[in-house]
Amino acid sequence: MSQTLLKISSISKKVFMSLAGLFLIIFLVVHLSINLFILPITENHQEIFKQAVEFMTTFPLIKVMEVVLFGAFILHIILGVVLQIENWMARPVGYAVSTKSKTDSPFSRFSIHTGVIIFIFLVIHFMNFYFVKLGWVDPPAGDMPVADKHDFYNMALNVFNNPVYSVLYIVLILGLGFHLHHAFQAAFQSLGLNHPKYTPWIKGIGLIYSIVITIGFISIPLYFLIN
Amino acid sequence: MNFTLKIWRQENAKAKGRFKTYKVENISPDCSFLEMLDILNQQLIEDKIELPVDPIAFDHDCREGICGMCSLYINGRPHGPEQGTTVCQLHMRKFKDGDTITIEPWRAKAFPVIKDLMVDRSAFDKIIQEGGYISVSTGGVPDANAIPIPKEDADLAMDAAACIGCGACVAACKNASAMLFVAAKVSQFALLPQGKVEAEKRALAMVAKMDELGFGSCTNTYACEAECPKNISVENIARLNREYLKAKVKKADRKREGGGFG
Repeated sequence: MSQTLLKISSISKKVFMSLAGLFLIIFLVVHLSINLFILPITENHQEIFKQAVEFMTTFPLIKVMEVVLFGAFILHIILGVVLQIENWMARPVGYAVSTKSKTDSPFSRFSIHTGVIIFIFLVIHFMNFYFVKLGWVDPPAGDMPVADKHDFYNMALNVFNNPVYSVLYIVLILGLGFHLHHAFQAAFQSLGLNHPKYTPWIKGIGLIYSIVITIGFISIPLYFLIN
Repeated sequence: MNFTLKIWRQENAKAKGRFKTYKVENISPDCSFLEMLDILNQQLIEDKIELPVDPIAFDHDCREGICGMCSLYINGRPHGPEQGTTVCQLHMRKFKDGDTITIEPWRAKAFPVIKDLMVDRSAFDKIIQEGGYISVSTGGVPDANAIPIPKEDADLAMDAAACIGCGACVAACKNASAMLFVAAKVSQFALLPQGKVEAEKRALAMVAKMDELGFGSCTNTYACEAECPKNISVENIARLNREYLKAKVKKADRKREGGGFG
């Protein structure tokens, strides 16, 4: 497979990466909007959360989207790693002194590093939730009785009631926020969408998006840490 | 002004290089960076500081900031601390008296060091040979303005054509990517009617060559734009991406129709 991957041009790889990335960006909005109902934002938040979980685990179209989602994740990760290795190989001897350029932001420099953080997060996340759903591992232990392998509400409560996990969750989500801030506008640039009038808007929306996603996801463990 | 220079010395492409420290004294603030190196080389020759005498090799030609030959990585930045200038247009007054200045060659797999601070940039020529031109039949000079071109397109094409092919974009990029260079060369033609005829073939061939020569890919850090002595915009990279995608789609179309390509 690596042979075929190497034959694809660098621009094509980046186009596939950005398309997969944009899909993941939309997925995060859906994921966050359901997760927020773990918090007591409405009186019947628990009900809404459970209904949403039921919809997401049973609706046929979502089942199809799940396959697309995994495809997007795998494509994004594999291409990201291949491109990074190629890029490291492009400069075998480094500089003794390197000064940051004016436009150089840590967000763009550390995409691969924040990517690895997100990957670690994904592994933990799967161990806690997705593999439980598949029946591969036991649900996370805690005070709340987990009714069945679809009882994500109590599973989430068990996980977030562990302060160590909550703090780790916050740190890893910050990595995601860093990744998104660069990724949002970079995806448009890679697709060739750069315009003197609209690009500042894309950058602005990207910044707002990454802040909202980060604060949104962090608010949940933060709530459990405070209470 | 007095400076301490840490300069990369490397006998030839295969030799292992190392930094050597030199001192230069009484340098005029109006002296250009390359003139300062000339003074140092003169000292090396006259005073025989080192034996055998071996002046520092560095690329230079017009010394007017238009040829793209100079290529020094000074204190961690291609063409030194000043923005929008080549090394030959950089003056010593931009430094502080007593500064230590580190001078390195461009670093990229596709730009191997020839000697000291000189690198082999023929990789850029190879990319140009793949399509960085317009195939025209020779003959009389065509009439000016025979082909009307919108002012805006002409301006954008001229902005892209300002690229002098020095390689600062590759040197600055953390991925040693040549995307800004290729983008400028593809853009200057793609924007004009004369260049549109071969636009698809050009974009595909030049990108394929760029990949083949071992340049990295663009991760949208935009260090290239910041360090470019001609201020080439990364908007050109987006245009290259568009041109490339367009060419890919059209090529696939033609394949389906059974037609040839290029």
